[in-house]
Amino acid sequence: MTVIGWLQIILYCAIIVALTKPLGWYMTRVFSGERTFLSPVLRPIEAGIYRISGVDEKREQHWLTYTVAMLLFHVGGFLIIYGLMRLQAVLPFNPAGQSAVAEDLSFNTAISFITNTNWQNYAGESTLSYLTQMVGLTHQNFLSAATGIVLAVALIRGFARASMRTVGNFWVDVTRCTLYILLPICVVFALFLVWQGMPQTLGNYVEATTLEGTKQTIAVGPVASQVAIKMLGTNGGGFFNANAAHPFENPTALSNFVQMLSTFVLGAALTNVFGRMVGNQRQGWAILAVMGVLFVAGVAVAYWAEAQGTSTLQALGLTGGNMEGKEVRFGIVASALFAVITTAASCGAVNAMHDSFTALGGMIPLINMELGEIIVGGVGAGMYGMLLFVILAIFVAGLMVGRTPEYVGKKIEAREVKMAMLAILVLPLMILGWTAVAVVLPSAVASMANAGPHGFAEVLYAYTSQTANNGSAFAGLTGNTPFYNLTGGVAMFVGRFFMIVPAMAIAGSLAEKKSIPPSMGTFPTTGGLFVGLVVGVILIMGGLTFFPALALGPIVEHLAMNAGNVF
Amino acid sequence: MLREIRPAIVLLLVLTAITGLAYPLAMTAIAGALFPAQAQGSMIEKDGKVIGSALIGQEFKDDKYFHGRPSATLAPDPNDSTKTVAAPYNAANSGGSNLGPTSKALADRLKEDVDKLKTENPNAQVPVDLVTTSASGLDPDISPEAAEFQVPRVAKARNMPQDAVKQIVAANVQGRLLGLMGEPRVNVLALNLALDRAAAK
Repeated sequence: MTVIGWLQIILYCAIIVALTKPLGWYMTRVFSGERTFLSPVLRPIEAGIYRISGVDEKREQHWLTYTVAMLLFHVGGFLIIYGLMRLQAVLPFNPAGQSAVAEDLSFNTAISFITNTNWQNYAGESTLSYLTQMVGLTHQNFLSAATGIVLAVALIRGFARASMRTVGNFWVDVTRCTLYILLPICVVFALFLVWQGMPQTLGNYVEATTLEGTKQTIAVGPVASQVAIKMLGTNGGGFFNANAAHPFENPTALSNFVQMLSTFVLGAALTNVFGRMVGNQRQGWAILAVMGVLFVAGVAVAYWAEAQGTSTLQALGLTGGNMEGKEVRFGIVASALFAVITTAASCGAVNAMHDSFTALGGMIPLINMELGEIIVGGVGAGMYGMLLFVILAIFVAGLMVGRTPEYVGKKIEAREVKMAMLAILVLPLMILGWTAVAVVLPSAVASMANAGPHGFAEVLYAYTSQTANNGSAFAGLTGNTPFYNLTGGVAMFVGRFFMIVPAMAIAGSLAEKKSIPPSMGTFPTTGGLFVGLVVGVILIMGGLTFFPALALGPIVEHLAMNAGNVF
Repeated sequence: MLREIRPAIVLLLVLTAITGLAYPLAMTAIAGALFPAQAQGSMIEKDGKVIGSALIGQEFKDDKYFHGRPSATLAPDPNDSTKTVAAPYNAANSGGSNLGPTSKALADRLKEDVDKLKTENPNAQVPVDLVTTSASGLDPDISPEAAEFQVPRVAKARNMPQDAVKQIVAANVQGRLLGLMGEPRVNVLALNLALDRAAAK
């Protein structure tokens, strides 16, 4: 670890904190339907969209209608991606002549993109046409991100409102989120990325003759427009197989730094949106503090582990950390930091191969995802996931002092706690359940690329990443088999929607409750005690659930490595 | 609920058209006008032919060139399309080795490569990036230490004084951005082109 390395980490955190408040202010205006500086340009487009799609923007929806609208929207999104992948061979914008994608891979990829997971069983440059990349993947990057954000906003409205039956209008929220937040940032961001060296072309792959006279086919494409939303919307699905490690998908140290910022910026700003909507910004800062504590701890461990290297490298006298599967322009610190950010958020883009991380360095991404990706988290998904844990923490605090728990003026009662538990239990069910199935099936075990405990970690990582809708991988695992494509698809679907529906039920029931003013006996939720309590509940829940699995994977691998074993 | 069906279909199609077609196509047009070289992939031409991209590494085996990092990229086996074969620096199929920290295959490969490099330059410490594969398999850069390490071999193959080669290396080292971001590095293709230019003089 070096001083320059830590300075990069501190600079990163400082910029995120600095952006939280102004962006939170802007997003609050957008979701409250107020005018913004972009309204003169975008308002006519917005109104036109409502007119042709028959949306009455004044009419708000009950939480159940809101959820059904969201689900209908996703059925359509699924069909578009699936259809494009199956038919891409006969559709335009296919200069590389990609053939139709197999049924099981199309199923997995379509689920993966509507759930904001973007698990890559496909290899972009050798599988997908430009049309599939743009209309299928880029568009769903926008819409799954917008969906995550508006669901979080609906839950926040549940806390903020009193005695109301509605939580907003899904169609209006999605349209405004896309037009006013995601698109404008992406236009600027994409141009910045092209300036840094990212291709943006519909031309064919380039045939080069290298200095030594061999042929090299260089894959290009409309990369920048997709990468901008891939990072901002915490989607993470790469244009290329190597994702953000590919020099075209992340050309410079600066493009890397800004991509890392874009991963966290909307999620962090949502904590401020929460604070503003419930009428006390300190409530938002307290939640960001919980996320910050867990984040910095993860970064410290991952950075330390990668800088240490492995015993194999040390035995050969190789210093400078674990550079296997890392790029020189990023080095150890920017690779470790990126790995923690991408799994804390549900992004899943990678600028280094997590499979080649040290045992402990690779365990931090696993833990981040298993805690439910609530450390800033996926856009929106992190916020509603975190609020579920807050409900549990408040409930625990209430039990300790024997009072009905309250949070931001709302009584937390049996229904909310049950729904929060239901949502949180989805994680162990899908992660541990499918891992257990896979490791007893010989055909699934055959997909492991590494032997020993690392092979188990590959499978655990695969289901963790898909259930948590992350999308990063221990990529040695051959995931493109019917078994992994189908079970992974189920894990992604359940991991997304079985969390959303209970969260929305909580939103509905909270919105109907009366708001009660704080009294002497109210547990203050803006101070250090609250932050410590939530951090504790998150770690205890996650630890009790996943420690045995981690012990069989990364922990035993670390011990084996120190004992000089290789497999 | 039925009245949600029309928005579900129409809104989806409209937003798909905006975000999936209008946005990427507009970005392609604007980027092509503002940054034409980058938008096409930062290709380098020599005598009218594309010799590679400034951002994409390529394989160097000749002693007179600086070598890049080992690459783990693959290509379909020409004899059996269900299998793959090693194809270093395949820029149409990026990827890493994905070998874990306790992999025997990785330990063996590292040992072999370190031994080979030690015979080439017994006096220097082997830089870690010169024996580890990159994440993309297309890393265009090596560390300044890795370039330094290869100076004796390149100088000998080209019959140049080591100091002259060292100067060219030094001129091609890119530092951290603002002294803070990223890592110091040398672009291998740019370095080799500079070497060729110096030799031509």
